[in-house]
Amino acid sequence: MGKMTGTSNIGQIDELQRALTETIERARVEQDDREKKKLILNIEKYNSRIDKLRSGRMISRQTRRDLIAYSFIAPNFIGFCVFTLIPIIFAFALAFMKWDGSNPVSFEGIDNFKRLWGDTFFKAAFKNTIIYCIGTVPLTMIASLALAIILNQKVFGRGIFRTLAFFPYVASLVAITSVWKLLFHPSKGPVNNILYTFFHVPQENLPQWFSGGLCVLSMILFSVWKYMGYYMVIYLAGLQGIPGELYEAAALDGAGTWNQFRYITWPQLSSTTFFVVVMLTINCFKIYDVAVMLAGGGSGELTVSATVLVYYIYQKAFIDWDLGYSSAVAMVLFVMVLLVTIIQFRGQAKKEA
Amino acid sequence: MRSAHRKAVLGKILVYILLLVIAIIMITPFLWMFSAAIKSDREVFKMNPFVFIPKVPKWSNYLDIWTRIPFAKFVENTVFLTVVVTILQLLTSSFAAYSFAKLRFRYRNGLFLAYIATIAMPWQVYMVPQFILMRRMGLNDKLLAIICLQAFSAFGVFLMKQFYESIPDDLCEAARIDGLSEYQIYRKIMLPLSKPALATLIIFTFVNTWNDYLGPLIYLKSQEKKTIQLGLKMFISQYSSDYGLIMAGSMLSLIPVLIVFLCFQNYFVEGVANTGLKG
Repeated sequence: MGKMTGTSNIGQIDELQRALTETIERARVEQDDREKKKLILNIEKYNSRIDKLRSGRMISRQTRRDLIAYSFIAPNFIGFCVFTLIPIIFAFALAFMKWDGSNPVSFEGIDNFKRLWGDTFFKAAFKNTIIYCIGTVPLTMIASLALAIILNQKVFGRGIFRTLAFFPYVASLVAITSVWKLLFHPSKGPVNNILYTFFHVPQENLPQWFSGGLCVLSMILFSVWKYMGYYMVIYLAGLQGIPGELYEAAALDGAGTWNQFRYITWPQLSSTTFFVVVMLTINCFKIYDVAVMLAGGGSGELTVSATVLVYYIYQKAFIDWDLGYSSAVAMVLFVMVLLVTIIQFRGQAKKEA
Repeated sequence: MRSAHRKAVLGKILVYILLLVIAIIMITPFLWMFSAAIKSDREVFKMNPFVFIPKVPKWSNYLDIWTRIPFAKFVENTVFLTVVVTILQLLTSSFAAYSFAKLRFRYRNGLFLAYIATIAMPWQVYMVPQFILMRRMGLNDKLLAIICLQAFSAFGVFLMKQFYESIPDDLCEAARIDGLSEYQIYRKIMLPLSKPALATLIIFTFVNTWNDYLGPLIYLKSQEKKTIQLGLKMFISQYSSDYGLIMAGSMLSLIPVLIVFLCFQNYFVEGVANTGLKG
């Protein structure tokens, strides 16, 4: 570096160096964070100027730094841009187009959205998704909270139970739904067998778990079973954050288990519950594979009573090749998720304020 | 005092009963799967009396599944995809996260905003345009399509960035003074320190890729490209009454995930708990 230094620059460099040392000293003793940041920025400026003068390089230190930083980001960002960002922009545009994937595209304005109004299959998909959501969110929340409270106590084999509760979550849907379909098999399954033998439900009244109106109920039950372990862990983390003194004080005041829950646990967990409900709701909106695997026919097609939004997106795009319309349905899903996300941000802002 | 003690004991008993019931609900489908996988189709539904392990266990189910469908090919595809995606995900996201967490550069906030903006965007919303794009690129019916789909998630970048931010900046600063380049700092300091976060990312990516159904369903059409999930689903719809075989195939598809889960369990639980605390 030193070789390039011209004699005329030496005085200038010395001056900058002095200013730099002074700023560093000030930054070291500065208490205020904002001031400190300002000083650090100044230090960097001095540094880069000295560096430029010394080396006489074409590329400044800052540019070099930028390039290094970009080289770290590039592998992920390029992939992310091509396979996520561009398709997202494309999706918004497509919702206003008519296209079958091979013939020329035509602009349709909001026709696709108008079509949604009169589409009974879309309405069924929307309704089922909402019903599924209304059933799954509170049930999963309650089940996972109860499970977390039980497992938060000093009980024998806590670790084993925690692991067990997680099994359904990591198990693949195809495998685990195939068991459920056998367990709840309408004519031969053990569940209906128990109903028949012990509860004397007549043969013709045995529930057809995977067809007609019971489809969504089966989906709800299955989802609660599969996902409660996941949310239980989130609740466990929340429970561990509650200070133990609160319970001690309450116990001294003679509060029973229920009152302790009502006046300490529940309010203390409010932000965790909020998060769990938001996550659950968004995930419920995105339901697809549970429906296809539990209620889908041989080739995975869903009837009106079991169809859900994501399935309709899939069907319109990859079976009917009505890409514009499919994107319009996708926009409905997007708006639903966006609304919940906005509520979440609002809630978070409130909490921090 | 005595009644209080009795109450406490009763409470404990109640808790254990509840635990037992939950454990039974959680584990029954798995046990039933294990049991049905070694039964003949006629024995599977036999309830009166129910036997857990039949007198003549039909272990051959586990062998037959390999010949009835090209199960080995499915396993090979799935393992290949899972390993490649997990490695790529780890490398690219920890790389990018290091930059976002520890380096200061122009447009940093803008670039990061691009990642944040996609959080609220479910994949299902843009899966169709993504497919069209990949088809244009000639990736239809190629395993590469699934790799491109899974390997560059924003999730990995967030997870790693959060972890790197908890490592003190002084550490990097000291290394810089010692003359290490940013790449060396990443490799020699950050990477070894971030083992817990990497483990969390590994298990999440592994489980997701292994269990993914809709992605492969859209992209992988020909038989020799299918993953275990697709292949198993195909088998179930073709031979819907070969219960024993279906269960054996399901068991086989579960085992790798369960093993990985049991190995990295604590990291997994920690990862989930952290996402909850953040909210």
